[in-house]
Amino acid sequence: MIDLSINTELARKILTGFIQSEITRAGFKRAVVGLSGGIDSALSCVLAAEALGSENVLAVRMPYKSSSPESLEHAQMVIEQFKVQSETIEITEMVDALISRDPEMSNMRKGNIMARARMIVLYDQSEAFKGLVVGTGNKTELLLGYSTLWGDSASALNPIGDLYKAQVRQLSRALSIPSAIVDKPPSADLWAGQTDENELGFTYEEVDKLLYLLVDQRYSPEECVAAGFDQAFVEKVVTRIRRNQFKRMLPPIAKISNRTIGYDFLYLRDWGT
Amino acid sequence: MQLNLALAQINTTLGDVQANLEKHLSLLAEAKKQNADLVVFPELSLTGYVLQDLVPSVAHQPTEDDPVFKHLLKASHDLDLVVGFVNEDSRHRFYIASAYLSGGKVLHVHHKVYLPTYGLFDEGRFFAWGDSVRAFDTRFGRMGILICEDFWHASPPYLLWLDGADVLLFSSASPGRGLNDDEKLESARWVERVNQTYASLFTSFVAHSNRVGYEDGLHFWGGATVFDPNGELLAKGPYHEEALTFTTLDLNQLHRTRARLPLLRDERTHLVEHELKRILSK
Repeated sequence: MIDLSINTELARKILTGFIQSEITRAGFKRAVVGLSGGIDSALSCVLAAEALGSENVLAVRMPYKSSSPESLEHAQMVIEQFKVQSETIEITEMVDALISRDPEMSNMRKGNIMARARMIVLYDQSEAFKGLVVGTGNKTELLLGYSTLWGDSASALNPIGDLYKAQVRQLSRALSIPSAIVDKPPSADLWAGQTDENELGFTYEEVDKLLYLLVDQRYSPEECVAAGFDQAFVEKVVTRIRRNQFKRMLPPIAKISNRTIGYDFLYLRDWGT
Repeated sequence: MQLNLALAQINTTLGDVQANLEKHLSLLAEAKKQNADLVVFPELSLTGYVLQDLVPSVAHQPTEDDPVFKHLLKASHDLDLVVGFVNEDSRHRFYIASAYLSGGKVLHVHHKVYLPTYGLFDEGRFFAWGDSVRAFDTRFGRMGILICEDFWHASPPYLLWLDGADVLLFSSASPGRGLNDDEKLESARWVERVNQTYASLFTSFVAHSNRVGYEDGLHFWGGATVFDPNGELLAKGPYHEEALTFTTLDLNQLHRTRARLPLLRDERTHLVEHELKRILSK
């Protein structure tokens, strides 16, 4: 029996403390969150509001013309319930300006352009609002590499990156995030009808448990198969984790000097604070 | 005899010794007001924990002419204290250290003997390994100091016990980890369990001072504890918040517990020595 449940009170305390500490010691007191209408960004937004005060959080809705109206409504539910500040900035014009150069481009390219346009908007709002961008990538997504590099993966700090999707759901329920958001099928909403689970080819429920054994419990792939997971599924996930390591790191720097950033020039970001 | 003990679970500024010193001095003044005899600060309380390349720039010597220790030694005329710092020795090796100061003197300096270098820890890369575990005499009897990973191993507390320590002072900068549906983190449960076990097995007082706050994504969970020679919890600090936790140790409890349960009297150290020699000679 693989149990991913967490003590939500303790998680809430640790994660709000993290947001508060890491934002204030960087010299800020405010946060900016891109609010998609999905569960991950709702959770990051609510945690930030609790950590910093709702008036210090700016939720930014960034619809594209094909975005589902439901996403916009769900984001609005979070804004109203948790009383955070909000802006709605359409990305259609800026995204289409690039897509129109090559209208036949793949959905993958279009999706990446949208994710990166949202990153530009968020970082612009970061400067305008004097707040740091709070990340919204969960552990499942980070391990599988299910994100756009320098797009939705870009942030100044990430409070939910060590929570599996199932744990994101559990904590979101505990924080009274509306069930319409918690219970709907997760989607990147880059094109109509897209869902994460269709695209990935497996469910979060299955993959969370497998990741927990592989990563947290240090099971070998063979041991996961012995524990009852389908061999092809295990291989697919193991490969995804390995192939997406690059998304979880800064680019490697070629070492030629005696002291090189990343290898032997080692300081925490909280250096001196 | 009684000992009024205060455990100072503080947050620290990473690499800013002056700022941390000021916090120590103000807490020492506060503890004195509340009649504490001894204040125990966490591991690396003067520097912060994940120092990496900051290590050489935050190192100090526990001497009267050291710009930091001169203030702490002065404060130790009012009450005893244990402080965590980076100790640079005369050959320029850097140790994770804790010093016991009393009456303007350094009674003891412990260099951490187990440097965790696995998982999220990388201490062995930046620090030298201490090479002794010694008890020392104080005005409240004989004590011993260990730092975090030192007491994740059973032998250092055992050695201190045999060397005469009746009060074990443990300090940590323990990163919280292992969140499940339990009311406590796995790391907190483990540390509390072994602290209570040492107090029970060694019929001794065991006090633990652990820091709080965050360093990048790591958080430190606090939760200071004191167990008595019966293994009973005497005092408990809050989790995740700065606090001074006060408790009075009735040192006569050692007499009562050991009259009932003579584990120290019956400990067969020569048998241990004999068997260890055999095992190590294999």
